[in-house]
Order: sequence, then C-alpha cells, then structure tokens
Amino acid sequence: MVHYLGGRLWQSIVLLLLVSVIGFALLHLAPGGPLSQFTLTPGMTQAQMTHLAAQMGLDRPLPIQYLDWLWHLLQGDWGRSYRDNRPVAQVIFGHLGATLLLMVSGMAISLSIGVYVGIKSAINRGSFFDYMTTVGSMIALSIPTFWFGLIAIYLFSVKLGWLPAGNMYTIGNGSLLDYARHLILPASVLGLVDVATWSRYMRTATLEVIHQDFVRTARAKGLSHGRILRRHVIGNALLPMVTLAGMQLPAMLGGALVAETVFTWPGMGRLFRDSLGYSDYPVVMGLLMFSAILVLVGSLVTDLLAAVIDPRIRLG
Amino acid sequence: MSAVSLTPESSAPDRWWRHRAVQRFLRHRLALIGLAMILVLGAACIFGPMLLPFDDLFIDLRARFAPPLTGAHWFGTDPLGRDLAARLFMAGRISLLVGFMAMLTSTVIGSVVGVIAGYRGGLVGMVLMRFVDAILSFPSLFLLLALAAFIKPSPAMITIIIAVTSWTEIARIVEAEVRSLRDRDFVLAARMLGLSRRSIMVHELLPNVAGPIIVAATLTVARAILLEAYVSFLGYGIQPPVPSWGNMLNGAQQYLANAPWLAIVPGVAITMAVTAFNFIGDGLRDALDVRSELD
Repeated sequence: MVHYLGGRLWQSIVLLLLVSVIGFALLHLAPGGPLSQFTLTPGMTQAQMTHLAAQMGLDRPLPIQYLDWLWHLLQGDWGRSYRDNRPVAQVIFGHLGATLLLMVSGMAISLSIGVYVGIKSAINRGSFFDYMTTVGSMIALSIPTFWFGLIAIYLFSVKLGWLPAGNMYTIGNGSLLDYARHLILPASVLGLVDVATWSRYMRTATLEVIHQDFVRTARAKGLSHGRILRRHVIGNALLPMVTLAGMQLPAMLGGALVAETVFTWPGMGRLFRDSLGYSDYPVVMGLLMFSAILVLVGSLVTDLLAAVIDPRIRLG
Repeated sequence: MSAVSLTPESSAPDRWWRHRAVQRFLRHRLALIGLAMILVLGAACIFGPMLLPFDDLFIDLRARFAPPLTGAHWFGTDPLGRDLAARLFMAGRISLLVGFMAMLTSTVIGSVVGVIAGYRGGLVGMVLMRFVDAILSFPSLFLLLALAAFIKPSPAMITIIIAVTSWTEIARIVEAEVRSLRDRDFVLAARMLGLSRRSIMVHELLPNVAGPIIVAATLTVARAILLEAYVSFLGYGIQPPVPSWGNMLNGAQQYLANAPWLAIVPGVAITMAVTAFNFIGDGLRDALDVRSELD
C-alpha cells in the first residue's frame, strides 16, 4: 500500500509541475503578457512600460521568472485581480463552494439514475429497455449542456413558472428551501446529461461480473436471483465506478461550469466567464491552474480510495 | 490492401462493399440513421441557402420575431427580422466545416504523437504522454475559452484552438494501441529486415491502428461541434455577422420568454449533428471491431 501510495503521489507531483509549466506558458501567451492591463492605460510611454517590466521582474530570463512564479504560487500568492485588486486565491475560494455544491448534487443525480439503469439493462441484456436506454444515452450525450439548460429554463421557469431561472438564492430570503429550489434545475440538467456516461459504464461492469466464476458458484448453490444480484454482483460492479469517477472529474467540472453560465450560478464557471469579459487574466489563469489542481487531487483521492477498497489494484 | 487488418474474404472479386467491415456497418441500424441524418443536414446546408427566397444577412425590421411558419419564414425570424432558416443553413456550413477540419487537425496531431510515443516508449514516450496527461487535467472548455479570449477568433483560428484542446484523447488511444503492437512478430520482422523507424511507424503500425483512429476521429467531429457551439454561444467563437449554430444561440437566452424558437431551432440542429456522428462512431466501432472499455 505504501509503495502504491508513494508511486501515485510521485506521479501526481510530476503532473502538477507539467500543469504549472503549461499554465505559465499560457500566461505569457496572453496578448501583452502579464503587462497587458497597462497597455490600456492612456499616456503610457514605452519607457514607463520598460520600467514597469523591470519592476515586476519581467526582464529576467523566462526560467527564472517561472521559478519565481511557481514559488509564489506554492505560497498561495496567485496575483491580484485586475477588476477589484483582491488576491486571486481569495476570489477563487469565494466561488468554490457554489461549484462543489452543484457538482456534488449533479453527480448524486446522475450516479443514482445511471447505476440503476446500467444494472437493469445489463440483467435484461438485449431487451427493449436495454436498447432504448443505449440509444437514449447516446442522444443524451449529444445534447449540448448549455442548450439543455436553456430549454429547461424555458419549460420550468418561463412556461410553468415552477422553479427560478437562475442564481443561487433570492435576495432577502436565503432559507434552505430557497437554496434547494434554485438548485433543482441546474443540478438536474447537469445530472441528466451525465446519466448516459454512468449507465454505460455500469452496464459493462455488471455484465463483466455476471460472467465471473463466483457468480456461477452462487447460482449453483441455489441462491435466488435477487440475492445474487444484491450480495455478489452490484458491489463488485460498483468497484470500477470509483476509478471512473476520478477519470470523469474534468468532464464533470466542465459540465458544472457550463451549467453555471446558463443558470447564473455564482460558482467558478460564472467567475471564469465574467473574468474573461473583463480581461482579468490573473483570475482566468488562477482558475485554469486551480481547476487542474482540483482534477489532479480528485483523481489521486479516487485512485487511493479504489486501492483501499480493492486489494487487486494495490497488489496487482 | 485494406487500411484495417481484417482477413480479406477469399471469395471472388474483392469489391469494397463486400468487405466484412462495410457489411457489418450497413447492418448497424443506428449508424445508418446517423449517416442519413448527416446527409440530410449536409445537403440542407449546401443547397438550402440557394433555394430559400431569403438571404441570411437580409435585415427586415418589419418582420422581427416572426414565429415559425409565418409566410415564407419556415423557422421564423430573429430580432433583426433575418430569416432563421437561411441563417441556420449558412451557420451549418460553418459549424460542420469547423467540426470536420478540427477533427482532421487533431487526428493528425494525435496520431503522430501517439504512434511516436507508443513505438519509441522509454523517455520520449513517457515525456510525451505525461504532457498529454497534463493537458487533459485542464477542463477542456476552460482551456478552449482562455485561448479563444487571448487570440483574435476567426473560423480558422477557432478550428485550430479546438484541435489543440482535442488531440490529446486520440493520442492516448493510439499510444495504448501501438504499445500493445510494438513487440508483435510482424514489427520484429520489419525491424530485422532493417526498415527504418519511420517506415515501421508509418507503414507497419499506423495501418494497424486505423480502426481505433477512425472511430475516435468520428467522435471528435461530434465533440468539436459541441465545443464550437459553446464557445460561440458565449461570444468567444465565430464572430457575427458570420453565422454559426453556436452564435445563433448567443442572444437566444434573453428572448426565451417571447421567442423560444430562437433557442430551439439551432439547438435541435446541433443535437442532430452531434447525435448523428455519435451514432456513426458507434457503428464504426462495431464494424471495425474496436474494443473499448464501454462495450
């Protein structure tokens, strides 16, 4: 276990360094680089720009600048927002909770429906239900999340008036029920789009387990169908889902960010869009780096979790 | 000589439509539906604008917000009174072209990197694949939006940016396939014959991973269409007055209550196109016998 943990941790650190190199390269790719905000200031002379560059250390060789940037990054100094001069890390953390809430709710919906549908179509393989869910899941995968959100708003907010069209709470209300009402629509949209991914994986995993020897043994012992399913199949089929959850993280985060822009949900996706609008590059870069770190840490955690549950992973 | 390593049937003249893969594809109902959908959509986008009485840029303020099926406006009009059908088909040309070109670009990059990393292995392979992993750690939409915001977007630029964020998955698939083939007898034989590394990669390995590449490429078209739609929806993709399915949705949210067709029409077109490519990809996967963790 220690050996596995060490290897996995080492891998993540290498990846994190690579991610930081890409992030740094992007920052310098931005038109005007880190100085871009000052090019807009009227009356800025070339001499002043050069002076500023020297002051900010931008005249040093790139590798030195990179190390310096990384050093500050590690200390939590992610620069300051161009918009309101608040520290980037503080701005991002202020939006983290909303995104996590949306992601977890969406995942709860997609996972529960997806696992149920996956098992059902696996045990009824080749049935009408199996065929319809296979086709349905492929269509669901093809619907743009943001458009699905628009249609949901049209149906449930505009036409039926059941649910609010956006935001996280009503100003002046903010009760738990109010939060829940605002959460239903974006979480459902996010969850339903992802059902397909889970149900297809779950279907495959269930089919694989059903054909294993221990299931045949259980059947030979005379156990009932339902008991075999509950005691022997479902648990084993759920195992690979843990690893898959880690692999799906970038997609899930991406989906949450898309849903946020349509539902004006005050999370990281919304922040990203707003920051792009203001050309607030420090926040944009911070969000890019932060989401990559979130993904890496998340997949590390799910991998370790899978290793704890399934000895075959850490020993094999 | 087929691009895919399937044993050619020895029966009589070797016509391409008798090929087992083609036969299997033609028996795949969903794939045929997908193919039909794409042909209809493609034909509508190519010939539609010539047949419609309206130009996609013709502004008629008296006919603003006409709902679908009013007069000659099949799909209604937009806030400037432009015919939505004409705009939809012109936009389709752009969106489908961007999707297709982005697929071509990312397939080429992904295949080259994947084959080199898979065959060379060792340090080269490791560095290349860790780089791929690092790019895949960023949510691709964030990366795409950040790049699109930095670089002045034109349809060609958007195509390149989408390709830059999509090639990694193809590289991963190709690398895994090539790595599993690297020590097979036919590769060893080629090496013993003294073939150059490049020749082995291009002539021996690449044809044998054509199946997975074709499947991944088809799914990449679907993905690229979705990405373009989202980036343009947010206003960082294809810029008006050039229409694309994504930027047609750009203003749709604010008119949702009074003119829902502005949102519905382009969205249905995007979903149709993406579904079609996903269906075709699924059929190709079965026809070319490509294993995946899904099936």
